[in-house]
Amino acid sequence: MSGILVVVEERAGRIARISWEAVAAGQRLGAHLGLPVIAAIVGAQTEALAAEFAARRLANGMRLVQVVHPLLAQYTADGFTLALRQLIEQERPAQVVFPHTYQVRDYAPALAARFGQVLIGDVIAIGDGPVFTRQLLQGRLNGNYRHFGGGPCFVSVQAGAFRPEAPGNDADADPVQTEIFAPTLDPAQIRTRPSEPWRGGALTVDLASAQRIVSVGRGIKEAENIPIVQELATALGAELAASRPICDNGWLPLERQVGSSGQTVSPKLYLAVGISGAIQHLVGMKGSQCVAAINKDPDAPIFEVADYGIVGDLFEVVPALTEAVKAAQQ
Amino acid sequence: MKIVVAIKQVPERDAQVRIDAAGKWPNTWIVEADLQFALNEPDAYALEEALQLKEKSVAADGEVIVVSAGPERVGAAIREALAKGADRGIHVVCDDLGARDALGVARLLAAAIQPESPDLILAGLQSEDLGLGQTGVIVAELLGLPHATLILHAEKTETGVTVKRELEEGWFQTIEMPTPAVLTIQSGGNKLRYATLMGIKRAKTREVRRLTAAELDADSAPVVVLERVTLPQKQKSTQILSGTAKEAAAALVEKLKFEAGVL
Repeated sequence: MSGILVVVEERAGRIARISWEAVAAGQRLGAHLGLPVIAAIVGAQTEALAAEFAARRLANGMRLVQVVHPLLAQYTADGFTLALRQLIEQERPAQVVFPHTYQVRDYAPALAARFGQVLIGDVIAIGDGPVFTRQLLQGRLNGNYRHFGGGPCFVSVQAGAFRPEAPGNDADADPVQTEIFAPTLDPAQIRTRPSEPWRGGALTVDLASAQRIVSVGRGIKEAENIPIVQELATALGAELAASRPICDNGWLPLERQVGSSGQTVSPKLYLAVGISGAIQHLVGMKGSQCVAAINKDPDAPIFEVADYGIVGDLFEVVPALTEAVKAAQQ
Repeated sequence: MKIVVAIKQVPERDAQVRIDAAGKWPNTWIVEADLQFALNEPDAYALEEALQLKEKSVAADGEVIVVSAGPERVGAAIREALAKGADRGIHVVCDDLGARDALGVARLLAAAIQPESPDLILAGLQSEDLGLGQTGVIVAELLGLPHATLILHAEKTETGVTVKRELEEGWFQTIEMPTPAVLTIQSGGNKLRYATLMGIKRAKTREVRRLTAAELDADSAPVVVLERVTLPQKQKSTQILSGTAKEAAAALVEKLKFEAGVL
């Protein structure tokens, strides 16, 4: 038996969007290699997710395996690795595709290593071969990777990189065949005890609904320089936000962080000041209607997603921009 | 508590990188002669957490050992870690790091770490150059140890450690686990320290053991290969506004107001 195994993840009781994107990537690989897609959902209670998956009526011939065990009620690296290892040994897929989430990053490298394999992580494109493209040097370069030798090829795909198939666009599709796979797990094999997730603190800043955002990154150099960006934000009637390093340093509170570990925003205007544009930041702001960037490095990845750019010293450009904004309002 | 911290030396963040058109992977995917190198920042956070765990410990037998694989230049990253307070270093001397995949590199590190029998192994959650974010997890797998990733803090308990793990979108969880264990450390959990003059002096007297890949007998053929490096394609065509700061600023306001209609 051989196919493309796609591991689907849930978020707040629903199949996460990035999981549909992983299914799309699996379908692309399946078409390329002439192999069927097998989706897998892992957990203790997977019926609701399986029903949601089946209702999507994707292309013909897809199977859905519910990997079910009481010890999988809460995610642990040990539990998921053991369970999926047994499924992979049974199915012998050519490719195993994951959404590139924090959870996948936690166990997929170990799962791959258990097969003597290496996860090709955070893939943004799949070309003929198949060749897998992922980013290097925080997005400044792309690298093309290829898998060699026998054994399954493990791949995880980046959020937003693959377009999910619209629900039910294959009206003639047969219903998905759903099966149950019961892995053998022993409580002693689960070495970690995770708590329920908790929020870091009540959010008092709702960046998600902001119309305009001025966001500041490492280029600001010191906490003492933040006020020049705050003045620009005030002039624009914008919320002030930041990339991760600014919050790591405690220069702005964590709740103002945009990116994979912070908030996801989609304002009309996103003005990035001194932000290079590492992927962890871009995933949080790609949905913005208009992106403008100020950066001294003309090769900064932020310019790949910007509509307007100023290459220059932010300490000159930002005060000039604040003045220009004020002048335009008079 | 004995803690090993795996660190990596990477090109400096602001370095101008050029693809080496003449060179052939694995040795030269970017022009190295242009570059300055630095300690990978997530690894600096891993080192900081290790130093704080040692300092908080009441037992006097705490030790922090840094291990790094790579060519001669990697010695500078190890010295930096020693200057910040690590007790000794292990340099896995290896000129072909780029020819090894994540499993190959993890095999080298695991072989170098195993004889130390540490209570904890820490690593940054990812490197700033290849960004694979896997090395720590694979080292755990190879050594048969439990692991947790994206950790902000660790606290010693009677039987192991309790760690604070970052989840997506501002959520966290606490995990209890036995030691020995492997943790990959997320940035921002601590404030990074600088090396003091005294530390830099002291670092010179601290031991750095050199091991070779051949001695470690941990070679393996790569299963995943980086074939080609390219410049990313732009997703949008950016209008670059030139001129003096004042001219560019005025032009941007004009565009935002009348073209994009977002002011």
